[in-house]
Amino acid sequence: MTRGLRLLLFAGGAAATVVLLVFGVLGLPHFGSSFHPYRDHAVPAAVSHKTANVVSSINFDLRGLDTFGEETILLASVVGAAVLLRPAEDEDEKRPLSGGRILDSTRLVGYLLLPVTLLIGLDTVLHGALTPGGGFQGGVVLGTGIHLLYVAGSYQALERARPEDLFEYGEALGTGAFACVGIAGLLAGAGFLGNLLPQGAFGSLLSSGSVLLLSAAVGVEVASGVVVLLARFLDQALRVGKDTPR
Amino acid sequence: MNVYPYLVAVFLLVIGAFGIARSHNLIHAVGCLSVAQAGTYVLLLAVGYQHGAGAPVFGSPASTPTRNVSDPFVQAMALTDVVVSATVTALLLALSVQIGKRHGTVDPDELSALQG
Repeated sequence: MTRGLRLLLFAGGAAATVVLLVFGVLGLPHFGSSFHPYRDHAVPAAVSHKTANVVSSINFDLRGLDTFGEETILLASVVGAAVLLRPAEDEDEKRPLSGGRILDSTRLVGYLLLPVTLLIGLDTVLHGALTPGGGFQGGVVLGTGIHLLYVAGSYQALERARPEDLFEYGEALGTGAFACVGIAGLLAGAGFLGNLLPQGAFGSLLSSGSVLLLSAAVGVEVASGVVVLLARFLDQALRVGKDTPR
Repeated sequence: MNVYPYLVAVFLLVIGAFGIARSHNLIHAVGCLSVAQAGTYVLLLAVGYQHGAGAPVFGSPASTPTRNVSDPFVQAMALTDVVVSATVTALLLALSVQIGKRHGTVDPDELSALQG
């Protein structure tokens, strides 16, 4: 198909889509209105399960099954990307690293911020039921935070600090733990991912029952997934190269 | 003003799709897909917004729960959306890396021939 024809076809389709969407949004409740039926049901349900962060309650309790589906999408994408980025037959992973120079200030700030970032990541995961955050957000902070080692130090330091096997297991462990909590609910008669643990006092650290567990499981999975993905991409950029003819 | 944020969402979706249609580079196309997906975040969050309402988080130590908060349901959906979008972007970029290696080009217009 020629380029002109493709753009013409796109213009027709886009025009029809825009017309439909604009008619659609004109029929929506006005922006900023107080008509939110889902909220009116979700907030009392979250409060009855002693979960102060309603968003986490929806993700890990009220609609936990959706999150399980999403977890498996995440797992599948990570596995897919990791498989696609293996070194090919005529490549190896031994390309020597070309040394760069890191400014002392970068090095200092990087090493200072590394523990702080990891701590913030853990805090975000573990307080997911109370304050804004949760397994997804905290997992991303943890998974990317460790790469400060690469920014401030060297790729070899990063490679030593994140044995890839371990994080591949972590990825599986996170998904497995999520499924196990779900099945435990099923066995106890509360339904798959039913929240049956003691729910504590509203607003305390150990409130909200299984939300905390599921948030931690997701945190492990997301952090491992981010590390595995970035490791594969960084290897492609830095390590993988054509076999040198001997 | 009542529908303006919704129209922004429509605009992002269409401009992202337009970018994909006229793209000369697969990496650029993946970036455009992210722009189109950003339209869904704007739409979801705009649907959930309420004038003068707080965040649907009652904090630690807990503040008194009230229904006068922005819609947590669409926020949870936007979160899901962001995570899926990020991992799918990674998958597409991995595909682009392999296509670049196999075919020596990432211009979709030059990738018409099948290879066994």
